[in-house]
Amino acid sequence: MPDPIDELLRGPLVVVNVGLRGFAESLEEQEVDVVQVDWLPPAGGDREMIDLLDKLL
Amino acid sequence: MPSGYAIRKNQYYDSVFLMGVNSRLSKTAGVRQTAVLMGSEKNKALLEDLGIRAPAIDAAGANDLVIAVLADDEQAVRSALDGVDAALLAVEATSTPSELHTLQDGLRVKPGANLAVLTLPGEYVYAEARKALDAGLHLFIFSSNVPLEQERELKQLARPRGLLVMGPDCGTSILGGVGIGFANAVRRGTIGVIGPSGTGLQEFTCQIHHAGGGISHAIGTGSHDLSNDIGGATTLMALEALERDPSTEVIAIVAKPAGDRTLGVLASRLQACTKPVVACLLGMAGRGLGPGLEWMPTIDAAAQAAIGLCATPAARSAPALTIGDPGLSLQGDARRSPRQRFLRGLFAGGTLCYQSQQILRQAGLTVFSNAPLSADGRLQDPAHSVEHTLIDMGDDEHTRGRLHPMIDGTLRAQRILAESVDPDVAILLLDFILGANAAKDPVGDIVGAIVEGRHRRPKEAGDLTVVASICGTEGDPQNLPQQSKALTDAGVHVFWSNARATDYCRERLRSE
Repeated sequence: MPDPIDELLRGPLVVVNVGLRGFAESLEEQEVDVVQVDWLPPAGGDREMIDLLDKLL
Repeated sequence: MPSGYAIRKNQYYDSVFLMGVNSRLSKTAGVRQTAVLMGSEKNKALLEDLGIRAPAIDAAGANDLVIAVLADDEQAVRSALDGVDAALLAVEATSTPSELHTLQDGLRVKPGANLAVLTLPGEYVYAEARKALDAGLHLFIFSSNVPLEQERELKQLARPRGLLVMGPDCGTSILGGVGIGFANAVRRGTIGVIGPSGTGLQEFTCQIHHAGGGISHAIGTGSHDLSNDIGGATTLMALEALERDPSTEVIAIVAKPAGDRTLGVLASRLQACTKPVVACLLGMAGRGLGPGLEWMPTIDAAAQAAIGLCATPAARSAPALTIGDPGLSLQGDARRSPRQRFLRGLFAGGTLCYQSQQILRQAGLTVFSNAPLSADGRLQDPAHSVEHTLIDMGDDEHTRGRLHPMIDGTLRAQRILAESVDPDVAILLLDFILGANAAKDPVGDIVGAIVEGRHRRPKEAGDLTVVASICGTEGDPQNLPQQSKALTDAGVHVFWSNARATDYCRERLRSE
């Protein structure tokens, strides 16, 4: 079975960009297949609720 | 000072968006300072430092937008706060929002994804990174402030799955010619490079490019990877991958010093490498660690050595010492006062600040810094330079609640003005970093301060020599020739590399 890192280096990259949009745009400009995720803090950023959700899901 | 605030519940924006809003509001007449932040605990502490505290701010959460204003009078505070909605709309108009809000949303659209790029607040990184690894994705984590134990756990999880974790605090990678994060448009070739520092990788890849060589892959590992806590987990995996990679002929490592235990492991591994290796661990110059392994003293030296090891010679020789300044001399172009004896360096690139310190220290100079080579060089107050001082403007102190100086030159411009009027200063040393995701016009953001600084400098204080390096290539979006021309037009001595610019400063200090 091919090593996953060897495959990554061979390309092509397919990217999920979570956060700053500029990083996705610079990848798009290089003709990389990329999807932009406008990330939001889970559970409104409530730490206890996030920990609880992470345990449940 | 009169102040006020506004809160928008459940409106989350990323830091670049917030900077756009902040920049608009700060232009309101009479406004001294604005802060446009999400209501995280860290940001609320920052607001408190500014003297802004209210029960409503205490109650705000990480999903709530908080806008705070300090101004000359109440009227200016009201004007700025009245302009918040218009500023939000204006910045929103420059981009189309995504309907996707979680990693899982993204994977539904791109089920074949092989890499997740994360730029979230550090406290949220671990959970998202775990999900990415569980989905079989490699990671590029730009975020900083991720606890070391979380980084170690992520890298331990990734290794048996054969997944690469670049980061956290990873600024740059170039995989198969594709730049991720802060990367320059460099030629493809056969030199592979690994490094924990974004600016170190940018400087190395640009030097290879200028000298006619090319890059197969540049693998960022994250700033803590070579610490004893992390043990070089990503560095070692990257090294194995580049050894196997048929497009890589020579492997280089460019880094600041490693933890002692990690260094031992790394040195043994490099000695056993099946391909030629060049190692530049700044701060380690002159300390050989076994047969066949030579530590390069500078990034430039590492780039030249790597090119020398390639079977096919580079298409062209190393570039001239300077950009467009053939008449550059060490004497005679500045009118000095007897007090002018010191160098002040203000850096956007942390590794470049580090390299400059090393070059000057090796020349026997005592240099102070907020990011010193060793504890005895620590600057007591980062806001006030003494003697020879080099400041890393990207350290935590200067980036709390602000964007990195590679994106926002405001603080560096202010510091240039302060250093310019100091009668003890003879030379100002700067760096400008071009490439994807860096400021659109890094020189334009700063050059006004250089000119104004000279103008404000008292005549009897003598002339100020300004020296700069540009890290960039002709393919970068900022237009390298225009950037260098703007500097030379302002009387700045411009060099292709930080090491050369620092060498020039060292020689000037010696000769004066």
